[in-house]
Amino acid sequence: MASSAAATASGEPPAILFFRRPGAPFNAALRQRFRVLDFLASGEPLPVFLAAAAAAAPDPPRAAVVMGGGAARVDAAFLDALPSLRCLVSTAAGVDHIDLAECARRGVVVANSGTVYSADVADHAVGLLIDVLRCVSAAERFVRRGLWPLQGDFPLGSKLAGRRVGIIGLGNIGSLIAKRLEAFGCIIHYNSRRQKGSVSYKYFPNVHDLASESDVLVVACALNKETQHIVNKDVLEALGKEGIIINISRGANIDEGELVRALNEGRIAGAGLDVFENEPAVPAELLSMNNVVLTPHSAVFTLESRSDLCDQMIGNLEAFLSGKPLLTPVLP
Amino acid sequence: MASSAAATASGEPPVLPSLLLIRRLDPAFAAALRQRFRVFDFFASGDPLPAFLAAAAAAAAAPDPPRAAVIMGGGSVRVDAAFLDAIPSLRCVVGTGAGVDHVDLDECARRGVLVANSGTVYSADVADHAVGLLIDVLRRVSAAERFVRRGLWPVQGDYPLGTKLGGKRVGIIGLGNIGSLIAKRLEAFGCVIYYNSRKLKESVSYKYFPNVHDLAAESDVLVVACALNKETRHVINKDVLRALGKDGIVINIGRGANIDEAELIRALKDGRIAGAGLDVYENEPKVPAELLTMENVVLTPHIAVFTSESISDLRDHTISNLEAFFSGKPLLTPVLP
Repeated sequence: MASSAAATASGEPPAILFFRRPGAPFNAALRQRFRVLDFLASGEPLPVFLAAAAAAAPDPPRAAVVMGGGAARVDAAFLDALPSLRCLVSTAAGVDHIDLAECARRGVVVANSGTVYSADVADHAVGLLIDVLRCVSAAERFVRRGLWPLQGDFPLGSKLAGRRVGIIGLGNIGSLIAKRLEAFGCIIHYNSRRQKGSVSYKYFPNVHDLASESDVLVVACALNKETQHIVNKDVLEALGKEGIIINISRGANIDEGELVRALNEGRIAGAGLDVFENEPAVPAELLSMNNVVLTPHSAVFTLESRSDLCDQMIGNLEAFLSGKPLLTPVLP
Repeated sequence: MASSAAATASGEPPVLPSLLLIRRLDPAFAAALRQRFRVFDFFASGDPLPAFLAAAAAAAAAPDPPRAAVIMGGGSVRVDAAFLDAIPSLRCVVGTGAGVDHVDLDECARRGVLVANSGTVYSADVADHAVGLLIDVLRRVSAAERFVRRGLWPVQGDYPLGTKLGGKRVGIIGLGNIGSLIAKRLEAFGCVIYYNSRKLKESVSYKYFPNVHDLAAESDVLVVACALNKETRHVINKDVLRALGKDGIVINIGRGANIDEAELIRALKDGRIAGAGLDVYENEPKVPAELLTMENVVLTPHIAVFTSESISDLRDHTISNLEAFFSGKPLLTPVLP
């Protein structure tokens, strides 16, 4: 199917750089429309790959698709190596793998996944929360191990209604989480860079204060310099020993070592984690805890959002290549 | 706390009303009952049921044989004609669940025996658990959990995709307290709500289906939230499962017997439906072995009601019903046949 993007002067489809993790799904869709220079498939070190791309005939690539999760880091050196690059498209909402300031300085535009899978992430966050409070996965293990006839009743869970949920970051995803939890009778508190006039939830100017008045903390903010380890020892202490943490953002939003210690010592009550500091490595101590729920960065993984994400990525590329504004630009 | 029973003329301590107890209790509940009632505890007695009832009806209970009973469901004790014949003093049965399928409501009505259930005490907890099961099945939360705990993430890479909640058509069988709370929660996720109930409910805007087969044919998910009675036994049967189809999911927080369990297992094995989230089973605590190895089912051990808050609320509510009965006031949460 011919691309709607402006063909290059040579009439060939435009060249696109593709930085992906193994097993990533978008190859076929990209190859239908573009000449794909696939970093993972090349097997070359990054500088060699970029140099070859810069020299690509007939046109060096003007756009790149960069997946998150360690596929590549786009920094000054990267951009120096490929001056033809004017557009980066992330397949994630997060763009912490891209130096936005450097891109802005050079006039390189950046797009992310917009709100394509915000609802799926919010649904998963709520699923993790219910699972931790109501011990769903732990009860599942109890049943599958055949313990129900032997050990009788399973320990009690905790009610959702009335629980104060402190959301760190009330963006797209945070707002959708809030709306869902309100239907369960939870009380919503939040911290964001700025108070939001349009919502009636109680605002806290810092995460420590949010934690001290919350029963559950949900990390729903982007990862950047300010939010690295935003959940730290101090915040965990403020949350307290009945407190629960849910993380569907980035592993590095939480001081993972501190979290594991706090769980080990009973200084917080439980956690639902979809992300970790060194994926796919999950700290071994977590694997034997019954009060944590661990999923493999699957908050975004539904068939529907995978398909929507692909459409969005291609839509952004085609917009850029035909001189139109990006569908979902990220501002620095 | 003194019971509402009158003190004797000689100034002896008041006689606490006799209460038949056929339920295992946590210590707090047991203590609360013993403070207020003279408790005839079936499980503590160790006697077979007929002997226990005979003793309670006769000498052991003189001068006040029990007029009320707290009787749990889901066990082997049925409050039927034989039971009521054995303890003719009984005028009130209090169940500790929402379901009173263990009580013959017609027989009780015939004898003027009042019946109470737990009302809406833990309806929200059951609704929350139903939604949790649904998210878990669609988004494979527990299955992904197993994957992580077995150390497969570094080895096998990404876990297979789940499917989105938004836009899914959820057919609720029974739009009572619990069904309505489930509907309200799922609306917040963008689900489309359909239902079947004994009667259409004017006060809701959800699409009504006069029978479960038609409901299943237009739903992606079926949620069993109805009472168990003659009409609803095996309400989910082979025909309904076929109407639901191979992408369909079943969630059960009602009673195991609401579903033809053997048919459900066959349908899951054959891939004729996509998955199930079950908190109840036909022969608890036995869970069919075939289910224990399936990745597309989520199995919990009848815990939908069990939060610390609801246990405490249930205790207060049960005592309130009993005190209402013994002081001649209407029951808080009567159940009519």
